[in-house]
Amino acid sequence: MTDDELEHGVAGGGGQAPDPLATPYRERERSVTIDRVAHGGAAPSEELEPESELFTINLGPHHPATHGVLRLLCTLEGEQVREVKPIIGYVHTGIEKSMETQQYWKAITFVERMDYLAYFANAMSFCSSVETLLEEEVPRRAQYLRVIHLELNRIASHLFWLGTSALDIGAITMMWWALRERDHVLDLFEMSSGQRMHTRYFQVGGVMDDIPPGWERKCHEFLDLLPGRIDQYEALLDRNEIWLQRMKNVGVVSRERLLEYGVTGPLLRAAGDPWDLRKADPYSCYDEFDFKIPVGTIGDCYDRYRVRMAEMRESAKIVRQALEGLPEGPFITTNRKVALPPRHELATSMEALIHHFKLVTEGFRVPAGEVYKAIESPRGELGCYILADGSAKPARVHVRDPSFVNLQALAEMSEGGLLADMIANIAMLDPILGGIDR
Amino acid sequence: MEVVRSKATSDLRTRQLSAQQLLRGDIEGDDLERYVEERVMLTTLEKAQNWARRNACWPLGFGLACCAIEMITVIGSPRNDISRFGAEVVRASPRQADMIILSGRVSIKMAPIIRRIYDQMLEPKWVIAMGACSSSAGMFNNYAVVAGADKFLPVDVYIPGCPPRPEALMYGVNRLQDKIAADPTLGWRKRYQAEGTEESGA
Amino acid sequence: MPDAAGLELIAQRVRAAAGADAVVGTHYAHRQAMLEIAPARVREVLVHLRDHDEEPFEFLASLHGVDYLPEEPRLGVHYQLLSRARVERLGVKTRVTVEDPVVPSVVDLFPTADHQEREVYDMFGVLFDGHPDPRRILMPEDYEGHPQRRDFPIGGEPVLFTFNEHKLPRWYD
Repeated sequence: MTDDELEHGVAGGGGQAPDPLATPYRERERSVTIDRVAHGGAAPSEELEPESELFTINLGPHHPATHGVLRLLCTLEGEQVREVKPIIGYVHTGIEKSMETQQYWKAITFVERMDYLAYFANAMSFCSSVETLLEEEVPRRAQYLRVIHLELNRIASHLFWLGTSALDIGAITMMWWALRERDHVLDLFEMSSGQRMHTRYFQVGGVMDDIPPGWERKCHEFLDLLPGRIDQYEALLDRNEIWLQRMKNVGVVSRERLLEYGVTGPLLRAAGDPWDLRKADPYSCYDEFDFKIPVGTIGDCYDRYRVRMAEMRESAKIVRQALEGLPEGPFITTNRKVALPPRHELATSMEALIHHFKLVTEGFRVPAGEVYKAIESPRGELGCYILADGSAKPARVHVRDPSFVNLQALAEMSEGGLLADMIANIAMLDPILGGIDR
Repeated sequence: MEVVRSKATSDLRTRQLSAQQLLRGDIEGDDLERYVEERVMLTTLEKAQNWARRNACWPLGFGLACCAIEMITVIGSPRNDISRFGAEVVRASPRQADMIILSGRVSIKMAPIIRRIYDQMLEPKWVIAMGACSSSAGMFNNYAVVAGADKFLPVDVYIPGCPPRPEALMYGVNRLQDKIAADPTLGWRKRYQAEGTEESGA
Repeated sequence: MPDAAGLELIAQRVRAAAGADAVVGTHYAHRQAMLEIAPARVREVLVHLRDHDEEPFEFLASLHGVDYLPEEPRLGVHYQLLSRARVERLGVKTRVTVEDPVVPSVVDLFPTADHQEREVYDMFGVLFDGHPDPRRILMPEDYEGHPQRRDFPIGGEPVLFTFNEHKLPRWYD
């Protein structure tokens, strides 16, 4: 509106629109209606072109709302997202290539740092692939211990997801509560392996060491504490008006489309598909436990949230069953060609000494072959492909990371929605950039 | 911090009574002088400034990889709580932050961006390299990782660990605070040409 | 998993559908089935396995690259297929040389192949014919070289010990 128009009234309205400066201030306030604002201050009778300018912004790689260094090129029209292109690679560490220069035993530490919230799952996929290549059998006690740690890791990962997602959406209290519970789980990990994260607890053939006395009791204390706390989280968020408005019917992608994108894990289960590798293709004694798979109906963000909350409860049930049924026996395979002998044998047996020496300096050799083995990580199907060439170092390791594949569904979820909905979509997608970039 | 303070009376009742008298305006002359002296601290402006800076060092919310999880645990977990050291106000914008905690591996694609963010921060600013990957290459001595953030940034405190325990990060922040209190000139940054590199937004 | 006999049957059906030169070989080891096909026939084989086979594999779980140095042809592209109904996995691989690393793209058949084919291009240099967005995904856009090939050096800097630190120049020298 030019000054002329302001003084003499708008042309289209003729002399009917009153001169804005002539009216007293309070009257002027009342004269501004939504209609006038929508039409650029002119009288409603004059038609103006709606704004249709496309605005490309760059979200990230440093941004408080993305989970890690994810860069999103968003093309916005007003507040609506028209196109989103994720650009990744900002934390690419060359882990897969580094593993080709390390022995299998040392490569476990590398692969753990890929998906840095589900480190046991990474180690599990790698170890089970190597065990498949070696045709090595894992003792039952080790399998149960692996299950316990995997499920505790799932609980910890979901708790961290809950805390940070709620923080992104605005429910800041959840971060404090979720991290408080997560500290209990990390205490348990520290007790069993000595490290809070990236514990190197899973070894090829079993686990590194047996659980210390008192661990079971502490774990039971945690399991008694957890359902009450999850009830508190649900009481805070489940029927919260703001949470529902932000999450309901946001980011809906049909099940078929998700399957085309290769999406697995809680996102697929929220869309109504009960596909879980723990039930479909059981590994490591999962078929001996009784647990349910939570499945959503619509596949919006609210369903994803509910699915993960229910998964935490199911994981707690699995851990309880595993602790109660924990069998006696060795915690790592007794094949000395693959696993280190116990230290007390080194004083008495020459063979044990030679095995120890060979394993520590050169490592065990894996016969040539290739194998792909997949497990269910907290984010979906985590597969590990290993090409072995007969030496002590792997020739190629590729980890099929679930976040890398799930990220492709983000464009479909967010296009057409609002910018704030895209933030909610990223939060519910649960991407871990370490796994995406490797 | 060096202060000059005369010994205050330790008796609570006496102090209460004298405070009451002051409020009523009943203390005069020498009594008033002594009262004020007991409650005044003398120090240099620099030391006071450093004391203020070290105790309110606001980190930039910047997480790269696994160390970021431990950093979020330190900032956000009720057990290891960094707000008792004044560093809890995590600012999203580099213009408003005092320190940047490089938590995680610095890849070659990310390095120019980190430098740009560092330039956008206003003086005085400090850098903590958290974890093995940002101090040296860590375990990733390969084509994709910059071997230590000190290749392109002046780093004040290095915290080893993979990832460092939350207590280790807090100890590192404490050492940074001691450093701020002790050496405010930060003269060694000339080597990195890190002075006056603030981005002006032009 | 399809067992060894099942794998041979699948190979026969694929030969019948996509041509006798489509299948180069079959490997069965550790209860895992691997079908090796010719690079030019990738699309026909995958369409057959997805839609027309009597034991269809409709889910592409993973698409990744391998460098088989010193065996020729060097670069391999693996397609890990999954049948959710029967819970069976089939690996389909194709091998190309470094001189002619062209493989038809399967993005329109399996949209999940988008990012994964870009990663194989970025890391190995396999050119996917028909990919809508053939850019590098993990390395910087202007990076030269394909890092995960076996003859690409691991990079990094030499580790400083006391015996060699005076021989190696520092970056500020």
